[in-house]
Amino acid sequence: MTTDAEPFDADDADDADDAADAGDAVEAGWPAKRREVVQDALAVGLAVGTYGISYGALGTTSGLSVVQTCALSVLAFTGGSQFALIGVLGSGGAAASGMATALMLGFRNLLYGLRLEPMLDVRGARRFSAAQLVIDETTAMSISQPETRAARLAFWTTGLTIYTLWNLATLVGALGASALGDPKRFGLDAAVGAAFLGLLWPRLKHVTTWSVAIGAAVVALVLTPFLSPGVPVLVAGLVAVAVGIARPQAAEEVS
Amino acid sequence: MIWAAVIGTSVGCYLLKLAGLSVPSRWLSSPRVRAVTLLLPVALLAALTVVQVFAAGQKLVLDARAAGFAFAIVALLLRAPFVVVVVGAAATAALLRALT
Repeated sequence: MTTDAEPFDADDADDADDAADAGDAVEAGWPAKRREVVQDALAVGLAVGTYGISYGALGTTSGLSVVQTCALSVLAFTGGSQFALIGVLGSGGAAASGMATALMLGFRNLLYGLRLEPMLDVRGARRFSAAQLVIDETTAMSISQPETRAARLAFWTTGLTIYTLWNLATLVGALGASALGDPKRFGLDAAVGAAFLGLLWPRLKHVTTWSVAIGAAVVALVLTPFLSPGVPVLVAGLVAVAVGIARPQAAEEVS
Repeated sequence: MIWAAVIGTSVGCYLLKLAGLSVPSRWLSSPRVRAVTLLLPVALLAALTVVQVFAAGQKLVLDARAAGFAFAIVALLLRAPFVVVVVGAAATAALLRALT
């Protein structure tokens, strides 16, 4: 899942200012802060829920059963990778290509985890439940909180809200779409491309990301007639590898 | 086969998340690794977008999906929410098919 709230943005500058004067002022403001964090978490959860309906609907129209579509939301719980797997399978790609694309997309969650770990400081069994919630939105919501306590609260409330609503929405979308019948009549095949574009859009902020996106799109289209479905997308991923190695400073530009 | 992909993706995605909370952070401190990791979603999502819109198996085609894609671009430029982008693209393609 990806919202406009990019994890490496610090657009909550107001919050940072408010909490800059640490100590008593922050302590006194905690109930208000707590309410604000919980409200933000619910808002993000509701927004993400609408992605979940789209995902559920497109999952069943891509050839997955309702149970398979829902299992992916419960177990994988990372929207970009879930969309990638159903997209590749739906367009006739091999299971291995779909999986490889999904895992490459999921690699960013590893970076998020590295960034969250010092703040979360989760040990033992809690680490295993926290890990499942490491996604774009929880990272964005918690790293924008300057105070550890608020950051942890943001992580858990956002994570649990999204986890609940994403799974409910997936079920609703999957059941709804499988009741509709022929997906093409409702243009659902066109919705998949729009969903990927919607996930890509907030990342197109800099000339580097635009170049990578356009380069990868061209590579994928040029290779489509020559390789089996799903493989051109994987090869297009090499554009990111080439640009990242040639211009390591791109990490600062996109983050 | 679909179940294998569902389970494989689920296990892999979970292990990636768990690794982030578990490995020492210096493992990924190289700027090159960071840059590649952050640019990968951009490349993959862009490739997935155009393949979903313009490919039918191994053929490149221009059909009603392209109209849906055009709608999605306009909607995103107008800062429409995700659900409007997706539903509107579907409706555009469906309308075009009904008319032609």
